[in-house]
Amino acid sequence: MVSTTLPVRKPRYLRRTAKTGLWSWVVTVDHKRIGMLYGATAFLFFLVGGIEAELIRLQLARPNGHVVSADAYNTLFTMHGLTMIFLVVMPMGVALMNYIVPLQIGARDVAFPRLNAFSYWVFLFGGLFLYSSFLLGGAPNGGWFGYAPLSTGDFLPGDGMTFYSLGLQMLGIASLAGAVNFIVTIINMRAPGMTFMRMPLFTWMSLVTSFLLLFAMPVIAVALFEMMFDRVFGADFFNVAAGGDPLLWQHLFWLFGHPEVYIMILPAMGIVSDVIPTFSGKPLFGYPAIVFAGIAIGFMGWGVWAHHMFAAGLGPVANSAFTLSTMMIAVPTGVKIFNWLGTMWGGSLRFKTPMLFAIGFVMMFVVGGLSGVTHAVVPSDYEQTDTYYVVAHFHYVLFGGSIFGLFAGLYYWWPKFFGHMLNETIGKLHFWVMLIGFNLTFAPMHILGLQGMPRRIYTYPGNMGWNIPNFVETIGALIIAASILVFIANVVLSRRREARAELDPWDARTLEWLTPNPPPEHNFDEIPLVRHRDELWHRKYAPTPEGVPTRIIAGGERTAADAPAHEAHGIHLPSGSYMPVMAAIGLPVTAYGLLFFPPLIGLGLLIILTGFFGWVLEPQTVEEGY
Amino acid sequence: MSAHVPAVPEAHEHHTSTGLSNNKIAIWAFLGSECLFFGSLISTYILYHNQTNGGPTAAETYNIPFTAIVSFVLVLSSMTAALGLLALQKGDHKAFRAWIAATALLGMIFIGGQAFEFTHLYEEGFTIQTSPLASSFFVLTGFHGGHVTVGILMLLGLLAMSLLGRLPQEDAHRAELVILYWGFVDIVWVIIFTVVYLIPTLGRG
Repeated sequence: MVSTTLPVRKPRYLRRTAKTGLWSWVVTVDHKRIGMLYGATAFLFFLVGGIEAELIRLQLARPNGHVVSADAYNTLFTMHGLTMIFLVVMPMGVALMNYIVPLQIGARDVAFPRLNAFSYWVFLFGGLFLYSSFLLGGAPNGGWFGYAPLSTGDFLPGDGMTFYSLGLQMLGIASLAGAVNFIVTIINMRAPGMTFMRMPLFTWMSLVTSFLLLFAMPVIAVALFEMMFDRVFGADFFNVAAGGDPLLWQHLFWLFGHPEVYIMILPAMGIVSDVIPTFSGKPLFGYPAIVFAGIAIGFMGWGVWAHHMFAAGLGPVANSAFTLSTMMIAVPTGVKIFNWLGTMWGGSLRFKTPMLFAIGFVMMFVVGGLSGVTHAVVPSDYEQTDTYYVVAHFHYVLFGGSIFGLFAGLYYWWPKFFGHMLNETIGKLHFWVMLIGFNLTFAPMHILGLQGMPRRIYTYPGNMGWNIPNFVETIGALIIAASILVFIANVVLSRRREARAELDPWDARTLEWLTPNPPPEHNFDEIPLVRHRDELWHRKYAPTPEGVPTRIIAGGERTAADAPAHEAHGIHLPSGSYMPVMAAIGLPVTAYGLLFFPPLIGLGLLIILTGFFGWVLEPQTVEEGY
Repeated sequence: MSAHVPAVPEAHEHHTSTGLSNNKIAIWAFLGSECLFFGSLISTYILYHNQTNGGPTAAETYNIPFTAIVSFVLVLSSMTAALGLLALQKGDHKAFRAWIAATALLGMIFIGGQAFEFTHLYEEGFTIQTSPLASSFFVLTGFHGGHVTVGILMLLGLLAMSLLGRLPQEDAHRAELVILYWGFVDIVWVIIFTVVYLIPTLGRG
């Protein structure tokens, strides 16, 4: 039905146009399907990273534990960190960005649909490559931060850290491609009237995150290349005996690593900034302030990296400067928190599951943020560095922050993805079990850290006074695992039992809820004309003469979603393509070549090149067929 | 070209929020990212410019007249690339192909010069394993050479598309993307030539 007028010529490029079946997912360039692929993959990695965490906690439950060996423990905490950061929190944010951002700005797709597919496949292959190290002679074991020179071949022989350098390189390529795509999409694909200061906060924070990725990824790429050249080709970047600087890696890594922290938290902040107004029945309090706070975090995030290195001995001037910048970056973060509180203040609050997770985010993030400010003070940081206090801090911002925020987003947008709600009762159970488990696991770590328990030790003697908190933490970790099982049960049961979601089940405020659940492939039959911030709300409510907002009865401009989705006449969407997945598969082939069998490097590069040339030359749509 | 205009955002001129094409914003964003990439590599080189590990120093190693000539060749290729783009925008396909072929050729001369230089240095015992200085030199200039090589492949792709009749005048913006990239890579070389080659040898007399 899409195109009947053009003569069908003999296709020169292998194309697949079926809309269902396994292959349709492999060749898909639809941002919604790619978002689902990202989300499903990230969730599977979440389970793997969670199992690693449980093993760590079981090992530390009692003093002198021997659930795993010291070597296995090193691998576990390294892979747990890498997995949760690069294979869970980042891609889960990207999953939501992929699905929601084009809908929020009133676009039919992202700017570069095939580049989007390429990002996903590179991410998947990068993750699988990293995990294939378990079967191929040892997984990374030098910590997610991989400090060189400690991670060079002299100190960590074997292929583990080579897998690390090559695997992260691939994940970086995926992130970079995604960042370019989302920057262009958000800047250039907005519906008419969707000015920057009308954009929903999730879209805003996705834009800031994309810029951070754009500039942070090349820095870690250089560090990883230098590590790779040291390990594979015997270069001297981190060879201290030859004059290599032991701080070079730390500087490059944290110049990437601190923006990375904001890359992980900003999407969650965006989600929370969309969820809280919806369930408070009020517009976001201080919208411009919260937008500019996000941008300010994006800029200031580049000037704080050395607070990760206070103990490295940079000298009092550098340490003082980074103390100041670190304390200052708490200001825009505080602005956001007060704005969320201001949004809830006096609102008609509805404590649905997404709202509970959003409030959980705000509370847990405040705890993590405050412990973070204590690290900014150098003398205090000297006490805390490399102890469990730091572990407590970053889990409060990454788990209590990012993961709670992402779950808020998942519960909020689930009806958008699948057309049915997640069960409220089970959802609330999930929230409370997770909140309790989370605090049982990570709150005692503050105390353990201040008592001096170091990070990354695989066991500890029984006479240190650490036994009870550690045991409590392990119980907490098991409770978290139980809460994830509750979530999975919710997904399965809701799929069977929950009725179809209404069009706008949460009485939301932003454009994504103008489309049917789930949206048709082309998203909007008519591209909406945007006249207001919170456009959807203004289409539903109008002020009475007394200034009280009242629901517009059966009317107004809200037509697109009310009408049944019909066949998209005259809307040509890009056809599926094999080229992105083909170009992506060349990367792991090249990487295995660098590790094991040099001729594979040539083969991999050839595959990448073929994929890209095919990509450029093949027409966008099958109908176009040259 | 068929007469119908599909509403596909990627390849065709289409209404955008800023009026700029998606491709152009994308290439500028990518080049912004590349600044940080080369910035980090150049920073590493500056950090290690005296770390010779008992091997040759920077001043002893480089052959400035030779590198100056290949640098001139690369800078010249920016001009031929720009002239090629101008020709395509005017619809002069023959001139476009000639200029683009010349650009690719100049790029190949540069890569040939780099291959010669690397071989020469290896024979003199200045290898990637010699010292942090040598490692950062080879990785920085090597990655730049890799970028030039990718640029040559893209130029040859443009040439092939033009010869197949797939690059009409109204698609000149597609050629512009490649030429923006090419110009960026050339500018990076100007910085590398100054920082890596010229400054360490200034006082040599």
